[in-house]
Amino acid sequence: MTSQAVDHVALLPLYAAAGTAILALLADLFAGKRAATITATLLGALATGVTALAVGPWEPTFCVPGGCSWVPSWPAAVTAALFAGLTAGVLALSVPALRLGTAPAGEFCFLLACSMTGGVTVAYAGDLLTLIVGLETLTLPLYVLVGLRRFAPGERTTTDAASASVTFFLISVISTAIALLGIALNYAATGAVHLGMLGPAPAPFAALAGVGAALLVIGLAFKVAAVPLHAWAPATYDGALVPIAAYLSTASKLGGVLALAAVVARLDTGVVVAALAVLTMTVGNLVALRQTRMVRLLAWSSVAQAGYILAALALGADGVPAALAYAVFFVVLELIAFGVVVALRPAAADGGTLDDFRGAARRHPWLGAALVLALAGLAGLPPGLAGLFAKVSVVGALVAEGWTWLAAVVVVNAVIALAYYVRVGALLYAAPAEDTEHRPVRRPVAAVLVATTIVAVVLGFAPQVLFDVL
Amino acid sequence: MNTLLIALLAVPALGAVVVALLPDRRARLVSTGFAAVTFVLSALPILARTDEYSWFAYGPGDGPPMLPWAEVDLPWVPALGLEFHLGVDGISYPLIVLTGLLTLLCCAYNRKGRALAALLLVLEIGVLGTFLALDLILFFLFFEVVLLPMYAVIAGWGGPNRRAAARKFVLYTLAGSVLLLLGVLLVVTSAGTGDLVTLTGAAELSKDTQHVAFVLLALAFAVKAPLWPLHTWLPDAHTEAPTVGSVILAGVLLKMGTYGMIRVGVGAAPEGAGWASPVLGGLAVVAIVAGALICLRQTELKRLIAYSSVGHMGFVLLGIATMSITGVQAALVGNVAHGLITGLLFFLAGTIKDRTGTGSLDLIGGLRETAPRLAGLLGFAAIASLGLPGLAGFWGEAFAVIAAVQRGGPFWLTLAAVAAVGGALTAAYFLRLLRRVTHGPATPAVAAASPAVTRIEWLAWTPLILLTLAVGVVPALVLNDTVEPLANLLGVKL
Repeated sequence: MTSQAVDHVALLPLYAAAGTAILALLADLFAGKRAATITATLLGALATGVTALAVGPWEPTFCVPGGCSWVPSWPAAVTAALFAGLTAGVLALSVPALRLGTAPAGEFCFLLACSMTGGVTVAYAGDLLTLIVGLETLTLPLYVLVGLRRFAPGERTTTDAASASVTFFLISVISTAIALLGIALNYAATGAVHLGMLGPAPAPFAALAGVGAALLVIGLAFKVAAVPLHAWAPATYDGALVPIAAYLSTASKLGGVLALAAVVARLDTGVVVAALAVLTMTVGNLVALRQTRMVRLLAWSSVAQAGYILAALALGADGVPAALAYAVFFVVLELIAFGVVVALRPAAADGGTLDDFRGAARRHPWLGAALVLALAGLAGLPPGLAGLFAKVSVVGALVAEGWTWLAAVVVVNAVIALAYYVRVGALLYAAPAEDTEHRPVRRPVAAVLVATTIVAVVLGFAPQVLFDVL
Repeated sequence: MNTLLIALLAVPALGAVVVALLPDRRARLVSTGFAAVTFVLSALPILARTDEYSWFAYGPGDGPPMLPWAEVDLPWVPALGLEFHLGVDGISYPLIVLTGLLTLLCCAYNRKGRALAALLLVLEIGVLGTFLALDLILFFLFFEVVLLPMYAVIAGWGGPNRRAAARKFVLYTLAGSVLLLLGVLLVVTSAGTGDLVTLTGAAELSKDTQHVAFVLLALAFAVKAPLWPLHTWLPDAHTEAPTVGSVILAGVLLKMGTYGMIRVGVGAAPEGAGWASPVLGGLAVVAIVAGALICLRQTELKRLIAYSSVGHMGFVLLGIATMSITGVQAALVGNVAHGLITGLLFFLAGTIKDRTGTGSLDLIGGLRETAPRLAGLLGFAAIASLGLPGLAGFWGEAFAVIAAVQRGGPFWLTLAAVAAVGGALTAAYFLRLLRRVTHGPATPAVAAASPAVTRIEWLAWTPLILLTLAVGVVPALVLNDTVEPLANLLGVKL
C-alpha cells in the first residue's frame, strides 16, 4: 500500500476553518475579551469563505486508484463558502445574546467554528466515510450549542434548551448509526466507499446494496428533517437560541442536502427519496398551518422546504443541480427570516408567538420588508424572485424528467404553504398591540440582514450566476 | 423602440420605489406623474407598427408565426431557458394601453396614501409584463408578480371582511398559477424553447402534449379570468377591495386570464385548444347564464357588478372557444370594453358606497332625486355594460354569438342561442339595478350623501366614458391590427 499524496492547497479551506476554531479557543484563552473572540471567529469564518472561493476547483487529493476523498470542484467551493458565510451570519446574529452572557462567548465561537469545519468537509468530501465524518463534525457541536443556555439571576430557568439538546442528540445518534449500517451494507455488496465508484452491485448482492442505499438515505434524511425523521426539528429549533435555530435550519440542513445529493446521484434510491419527499412537504406544510409560535412555524416550513429539495433529488443525478440551487436559495432566504426574528425580539429571547409580531412592520418598515421578501421567496412568489427561480428549477427538472405527478405534488404544496406565509405577512402589517416599545436593531444583526438581503436580491435578478457554478 | 419596452416596465418600477419613500401628501401627485409617463409610453408602440405590406410579403401561413411591432430579446437565465423577451403586436397593444390608462386614473383617484399608490404601480409592472412577455417562463413570472400586491391592496384597504376575501383571492389565484407553471414547463421542456414567436402554431409539440398542456393552461387562465365554476373568489375580492383595487382587478387583472388563453393557450397548444373548445364554449355559456341569474338575486352593488364580470368574461371565453378570427376578435374587443365599462362601474359603485356608507341595494334608492349626475353616469355605464349597440359593450357580446353561429352545427348553434338569452338576462339585471338605485324616492342614506361629483372624479371618469363611446362607434380602434396575427395564431388562411 502506498501512502497517499496530500495536496495542501486543496486543503486550504479546511485548514482555514479548523484554524478558525483554534483561533477562537486561543483568543478566549489569552485575550479573554468577548469582543476579541467574536471578532476573531468572524474574520476566520470570512477568511474560510474567501479561501474556498480563491482556491476554487483544484486537483483532488487523498487519492487511491479509483477515487479521491477530497474533491475541490466549483459546487464544493461555493457550498463551502456558503457554510462559512452562514457561520459568520449566525455568529453576528448571536452577538446581542452573547453580550447578555446567555452563552459563554468563547465556547460558543469555538463550537460554531468546529461545526463550520464539518460543513466544509461535507462540501469537499469524495467518499462516504469523509462525508459521514464531516456531517458528524457539523452536527456534534450543535448538540452542545442547542443546550448551551445560561440564565441571568432572577430570570425564570427553563429546561427547554436541555431537553431540546437531548432529543436532538438521541435521534441524531440513531440516524448516524443507520447511515453507517447503510454504508457498511453497501460496502459489503460493492466494495466501494468512494463516491466515484459507487454504483450498481453485482447480481448476487443487488438486494443487499439496495437495502444499504435505502438505509443510507434514511439515515441522512434525518439531517434535513425529512418526515418521518423530522420530529426533533420543531422542538429543537424552538428550544435553542434563535440564531442557533437559524444555523440548524440553514447550515445543518445544507450539509444534509449535500450528503444526500452525493449519494442519490450515484445509487438508485428514487423510490425511497420520492416517498420521503411527498411525505415531507405535505406533512410539513399541513402542520405549519396550525402553528402559533414563530420559530415553530419556520421550523415546519423548513421541513416542507426540505421536501421540495428531496423531490428534485428523487430524480438522481439529473436533479442534483436543481436541488443544490434550491438549497442555496432557500438557506439565504431562511437566514433573512431568522435574522428578522432575532432583530424584532429582545436579545436572548425565544422566537415568541406569532402575536408578538403583530404590527412589527409598522414600527420597523425595513425589517418588515425584509421578512416579506424572505417569506415571499419561501412561497416562491415575487418579490422573492430567488425563491421563484428555485421553485421553477425544481419543478422544471421534475417535468423534464417525466415526473409530472411529483411536480404536481410540489405545486399543490406551494399553494398550501402560501396560506401560512401570507398569514405571517399580514400579521406584520396588522394594527399593533398597545404596549410595544420601539427596540433599536443592533448593528451586527442589521449588518447580517443587509448583506443577506443584498445577496437574495442579486440572486433574484441574476440567478444564472449560481446556476453557472453548480 | 427596444428601450421603450424596457422603459415601460422600468418607469413604474422606479415610480413604485420613489413613491414608497416619499411622504404621503406627495404620493398622489408623484404616482400620477409616473403613471402618466407610463401611459404615454404605453401608447407609443403604435409608431413602430409593422407596415401591412410586410405581412403580405410573406403571405399568410408561410411567414414567421408572429411579427411583433417592437421587441427586446436578452438572455436572462439560460439554465432555466428564460429569456427577457418582450414584444408588442396588434393583440397585446390595446390591452397595454388600457393598463396604462386605468393605472393612471387609479393613481389620480387614489387618496389613501403612498403604500397603495406604490402597490398600484407594482401591479402595473406585473400586468404590462404579462402582456409584453414573449417568453413563456417570463410570462409566468410576470403573471405571479401581481399576486401579492393585489393581496396587499385587498387586505390593507378593503372592507370589513377583507382578510378572508384577500386570502381566498391569493390562494385561489396561486392555485391557478401553479397550474400555469406546470403547463408552461411542460411546453418548454417538450418544445425545447419558451419563445412564443417560435411556439405560436406549435408545430413541434405532439398532440398528446398539446392536450395535456392546454388543459393545464386553460385551467390556470380559467381561474384568473374567471370562468364558471372557478369564479368564486371574484365576488368576495371585489366586494371587499377598495375602489381602485376593484377597478384594476376587473379592468386589467382579469384580462391576464383571457389574454393568456389567447396568446399562450391557443398560441402554444392550438390542437389542444381545438380539442377542448366544445368544453370551453359550454362552460363559457354556463358562465353567461349563471352570472346573469346570480346577478338578478344580488342585493349588494359591488357584488352585483362582480358577478356581471363573470357573465362578460363568459362572452369573451365563448369568443375564444369558437377558435375563429371573428370569435377571438370579439374576445379582444370584449376584453377592452369590459375593462373600460366595468372600470367605470366600479369607480361609480365605489363612490356611491363611500358617499352613502352602504352598498346594499335595499338602502340605496332614488339616487337621481338627489344626485342626478351620478345617477346619469351609472345609467350610462350600466347600459353600456348590457351591450347597447353604439357603445363598447355591444361588439364583444354580439360577435361572440355570431362567431358561435358561424362555427355551425347543432352544438354551437345551441350555445349561441343560450348565450343570446344570457345577453337578454344581462339587460334584465342591469335594468333592475337602475330601477332600484336611481328611481323611486330617495332613501335616507342617499339623501344624506353629498351629491356633487368632484373634479378628480370627473378627471378619472371622463376618459372611460369617452373611450366607451369611441370603441362603441369605431371598434376598429381595437381590432385594426389583429387580423393578421390572429390568422397566424389560429392557423387560418386569409
